[in-house]
Amino acid sequence: MALRKVKASVDRIFDKNLQDLVRGIRNHKEDEAHFISQCIDEIKVELKQENLAVKANAVNKLAYLQMLGYDISWAAFNIIEVMSSPKFTYKRIGYYAAAQSFHSETDVLMLTTNMIRKDLNSQNGFDAGIAINGLSCFITSDLARDLASDIMSLMSSIRPYTRKRAVLVSYKIFLSYPEALRPAFPRLKEKLEDPDSGVQSAAVNVICELARKNPKNYLSLAPVFFKLMTSSTNNWVLIKIIKLFGALTPLEPRLGKKLIEPLTNLIHNTSAMSLLYECINTVIQGMQDHGSSIQGHSNLMKLCVQKLRILIEDADQNLKYLGLLAMSRILKTHPKAVQAHKDLILQCLDDRDESIRLRALDLLFGMVSKKNLMEIVKKLMVHVEKADGAQYRDELLLKIIEICSQNNFQYITNFEWYITVLVELTRIDGASRHGSLVSSQIQDVAIRVKSIREFAANQMANLLENAHAISGQLKRNGMQEVLDAAAYICGEFAELLDNPDIVIRAMLRPRVLAFPSHIQATYIQNLLKIYSLAVQDSENENDKERAIALTQSLLEKLPTLVQSSNLEVQERASCSLAILKYVEKLQAKDLPVSEELSSLFKGELNPVAPKAQRKVPVPEGLDLDAWINDPPSSSEDEEEEQKKKMDFNETYNEIYSPTREKQKELSTEEIQKKREERRIEQASNPNYLVTAKKQKKVKHDGYQKPDAEDDSSVAEIDISIPLHVPGLPSSERYLRMEQERRRRHQAEKAVKKKKQGGKKGKKKRQVVDEDDDEDLDPVHQVEITQEEMPEGALKTDSEDETTSADPYKALDMDLDSPLTAAEVLPVPKHRQVSEKLKVAESEDAAPVVKEKRKHKKKEKKHKKKSRKHTENLLAEEEPQLVNGDDIPSEAVKSAKQNNEEKGDDLSFWLSNAERTQKEQAPVNGDVGDAEEDATIDEEPGVVEKKKRHKKKKEGKKHKKHSRKEEVEEQDENGGAINNGQVEDLLQLQSYKLLAENKQLRVDFETRASHMEERKFVVSCVFTNLTDKHIKGIEFNVLDTLNTKLVRDSSKNSHDAVPIPFSLPPLSRNECQLQMTAASVTMPQRMRGTVTYMLAEKDGTSQEKIDFKLHIPCSAYLVTKPCSSSNFTKLLSSGDITDKSSLRITAPDLKFNQALQKLCFFLKFCVVEQVGDSASLYTSSIQRHHICLLVKVVPNGLSVDGKSDNSTLLSNIMDQVKDVISA
Amino acid sequence: MIKAILVFNNHGKSRLQKFYQHYSEDVQQQIIRETFHLVSRRDDNVCSFLEGGTLIGGSDYKLIYRHYATLYFVFCVDSSESELGILDLIQVFVESLDRCFENVCELDLIFHVDKVHHILSEIVMGGMVLETNMNEIVTKFLEQDKLEKSEAGLSAAPAKAAAAIKSIDLPSLPKDLKLPDLPKLPTFR
Repeated sequence: MALRKVKASVDRIFDKNLQDLVRGIRNHKEDEAHFISQCIDEIKVELKQENLAVKANAVNKLAYLQMLGYDISWAAFNIIEVMSSPKFTYKRIGYYAAAQSFHSETDVLMLTTNMIRKDLNSQNGFDAGIAINGLSCFITSDLARDLASDIMSLMSSIRPYTRKRAVLVSYKIFLSYPEALRPAFPRLKEKLEDPDSGVQSAAVNVICELARKNPKNYLSLAPVFFKLMTSSTNNWVLIKIIKLFGALTPLEPRLGKKLIEPLTNLIHNTSAMSLLYECINTVIQGMQDHGSSIQGHSNLMKLCVQKLRILIEDADQNLKYLGLLAMSRILKTHPKAVQAHKDLILQCLDDRDESIRLRALDLLFGMVSKKNLMEIVKKLMVHVEKADGAQYRDELLLKIIEICSQNNFQYITNFEWYITVLVELTRIDGASRHGSLVSSQIQDVAIRVKSIREFAANQMANLLENAHAISGQLKRNGMQEVLDAAAYICGEFAELLDNPDIVIRAMLRPRVLAFPSHIQATYIQNLLKIYSLAVQDSENENDKERAIALTQSLLEKLPTLVQSSNLEVQERASCSLAILKYVEKLQAKDLPVSEELSSLFKGELNPVAPKAQRKVPVPEGLDLDAWINDPPSSSEDEEEEQKKKMDFNETYNEIYSPTREKQKELSTEEIQKKREERRIEQASNPNYLVTAKKQKKVKHDGYQKPDAEDDSSVAEIDISIPLHVPGLPSSERYLRMEQERRRRHQAEKAVKKKKQGGKKGKKKRQVVDEDDDEDLDPVHQVEITQEEMPEGALKTDSEDETTSADPYKALDMDLDSPLTAAEVLPVPKHRQVSEKLKVAESEDAAPVVKEKRKHKKKEKKHKKKSRKHTENLLAEEEPQLVNGDDIPSEAVKSAKQNNEEKGDDLSFWLSNAERTQKEQAPVNGDVGDAEEDATIDEEPGVVEKKKRHKKKKEGKKHKKHSRKEEVEEQDENGGAINNGQVEDLLQLQSYKLLAENKQLRVDFETRASHMEERKFVVSCVFTNLTDKHIKGIEFNVLDTLNTKLVRDSSKNSHDAVPIPFSLPPLSRNECQLQMTAASVTMPQRMRGTVTYMLAEKDGTSQEKIDFKLHIPCSAYLVTKPCSSSNFTKLLSSGDITDKSSLRITAPDLKFNQALQKLCFFLKFCVVEQVGDSASLYTSSIQRHHICLLVKVVPNGLSVDGKSDNSTLLSNIMDQVKDVISA
Repeated sequence: MIKAILVFNNHGKSRLQKFYQHYSEDVQQQIIRETFHLVSRRDDNVCSFLEGGTLIGGSDYKLIYRHYATLYFVFCVDSSESELGILDLIQVFVESLDRCFENVCELDLIFHVDKVHHILSEIVMGGMVLETNMNEIVTKFLEQDKLEKSEAGLSAAPAKAAAAIKSIDLPSLPKDLKLPDLPKLPTFR
């Protein structure tokens, strides 16, 4: 045997291993591809062999080839074969290759479920390690569902190595199978306090990742994290926690206050820069909602900014970068704090590192003022010229425009300067993506600032005139768009042009044919505008020849444009041509045409807000989705249709793009109508565009060269030095002018001051220098027109965001509400686990798995049902409870809040902050009171005593509103803070004290489910009251004939059940114990003990508490919604024979409260409520029906009960009495 | 979350790639090329953070890298990770390599990419940081190595001999790719 092995391995030494492959590839640099294809052929042969070692070697080589970019998905099955090898060596290779090449779409993955399960539960810890690692890379929703329970049980493995991996991979499980989150969450929470720091770190990691997407669900964990933050020394964990707090503080303002102290400490004390930086970040995030009104905050903020400055000044580029990044976050809330460091930031603009320059640019945005805008922009312009790399230049360009245009051009004092800057921007070297942005800026300014129009129009005329010279450059740097704006402005404000004739001539140059078609279209339209004005001029001056000459020149040039391949250009050109021909006729007859012509372009132009189009309300009765004509038959070639649609959309967009709103005026109206008709025809006639295309082709071949050829035919003048075009002013001139003006301004002021103040003049001058920043008056009076919105548009700023499918949405669930009995099922309980393991270890795993699956399916169904069920409950219950309330919406809201248990723990923990906004009627002394509390409650650990104390206080505060009983009620039930406003609703808790001594407290509640006729769950919460570890907890009860505790099959009926967790100091945890009951009609009393080990410094001590477990009949009841018709049927069916009734005297009782209690404690469900009477229904796990009719009578309530079991009914009626009068 | 970990040399040759999100092989190669292009044109004395990189991620993602002698170690991470923390993590990764390979050089990464992956899987799992303690990482890796050797047992001997013969010419390959002395970082210790 051994000999054969050796022989096989001797054979193998001639196979290539990974190292040989790598060496081979390195030796075949010239024909690498060829060599690799040879190797792949060899690998294919090797994969066919039986020997696993050979296969593993082949797979290992494949994984390497995958890195080189070769697809190895064809070998997926072989990889799985290697994964299933019993030897760790090969298994590891298999999992490694799988992790590299598998993904959720790999179909063979469904074969792996059992294999992975076996590896997960393997005796060798490393098998589980590599399996989990692989799983984290290629998990699918099926794998996640099937393996969730295994991973959950691994989370409490004895090996920290496995535990931390299981914890970490659980995040991937939740992502693929969100249903697992709720059942697994308690265990995950438990791992936050795991003794192993690696496991702890993994748990923090997972929860932070979960909380990042849905922070509000994790608010209740804040105390735990707070404790970790103050105790942990692992910087990695600290960073994560601090980041998490950054996400939580915006949701809970009181949290911010609580964090001030520890954060300040960390900032002062830590030596790790990473930690310091994250602290600062969190402070910044926490500040956003408060402003700096609170003393502690502003101090902390100062400290942060100070530390940031140190970071930015650091020689380490990384710190510099991060410092700037954090600064830009502060900028949003505290611009003043950042402005103080302007010098530093401007300095960073000169840094050689692009990342740093970009960050500094971001900061500049918030630092400009009227005073320094010109300087800053000048500096940026210099950078634009020097910039290397298009991306950075573009960023600069964008920033210049953003800085200038922010807040409706708030900081611009001289618009001539701004236009000049924009024009200069069009002349930069190198390509830019922002041509259209510059163009729309020019348009925007010219349209909205009336006083600038003349200047802008002439500048643009200048640009058009020189377009022939600079168009080469414009094309290269992507600024051609600007010609579009230029043409438009010249056309629109033609009356302000110095010399329209020159502009017309410039726009008719043959060069125009090389421009993009949308610019050509704009040209044509605006030519006509300028032309109409020029004709008007000449008629006024009786200069007929000039008018005729203009008409002629237009008539000469336009026909070439009519032949354009672009429909838009074609159409506009032919339309203009028609008008011109008509004018020509009139001119020949010597008739005046100017009036008619100019009437084509009459009307004032208003800027339209970009959102305006969307905000036009849809008129009533208009259905936008309805077909106007019958839909076109789908038999046509689809691709072609799509193309057509796109073509159509393009032209459509061109016409309706917001900047061109103006063109929908008189002259075009007719054309538009026609166009519209034609468009409809096009849309409904699938053949239309095909012919149009053909026509186009003919045209190309016929008389016109395509655009591209045309381009090359014109020799391009390559001008590397920017041409100095006469008449284009430089922006620098304005800067000098501005400085001059300011100096004069200051001098004047100073003179005035001197006259007034005499000696103190010098000092005061400085003051003036700083002061007059804001009241600097602009050079010329500027009127910035507001953008127009359609009538009836909603005044909201909210954009209708399209929500994309987000995998994290599924994880948005309430994690604090207690689990229903059904929800626990996917996670096997401790006793079941061992059984399961046993089974899994047995030989024939396959059938068992099948069985398990079935089981799971059942569970799932069950879960779904019960979830629906609870939802129904809520839906039905709430409105009824609220019915009689004065402030329904508020009540519902707070009821919901109260339902979430998190309210109490968290607000208790946060109680040192003042009351939140929801309690709108704080008593004057409240704040002081709360402060007092704060000093007591500084300790983050939640101790029961304090809680009680707190509640009493709460109760006192609301004495005004609430009745004595309610206060007692709260104290007894451990209810949370009652809001003064919603006194009608009670905070109820069904946990009761089971056993308690100085070290341990056990509370319990019972849960039952319809699925199990004889079983119910006793859920015990163990609370460690000491500052020591409690371990080895065991729970035992003396079984009675009727009721028994479910134990492992191997144990006998007297053995205790071990509780599967230990309790760190001051912590609590919940455990569920299953019990069986033969009959459910009688309440039960059982005696039992809890034993545990208390870990003390010198060894452990065994402790014991005796208790009596009282199981009332209500433990067997299950809420079951019942419709009123079913209810009537049930009552009239004759099955329900036993009756019982009672009267309760409770003069102060509120009806709604009574109903609420019945529903909560006795699992009733309101069927119908009419005025002061209500019918309720519930059933037991053994399908007994119980119906109640509750009525208000003077001084109390009358309750009539009916059931099909008299014993059960009488017991329940006793409980009803107790519950209501409690 | 970490989205990808890439290691390539000064010429853009991939030495390790680990994507925690699925991309096809073509896209992976494209991402490496793009990343190399972005990273390689930066001086050594500029900051280690890069935004942009259109293929991978988007605005929420950052490239964080370190340059050691002939190799670039690049991590692509989202905003939930601390920038400086990741820099330290790269350091931990490299130092772990250094200890597992005993003076790591580029050749080790070239010929033992599988081992590098195994070491990496002790540090990062499924895009989340698993362990930052270097001793723990190295110990666990060596334990697994030992397990592997014990499994090989007798049958491994001939293979080892063959490997020794095959790599006789190895010493002639340059061993000058040794990583520079690693600066001490306070964070994780």
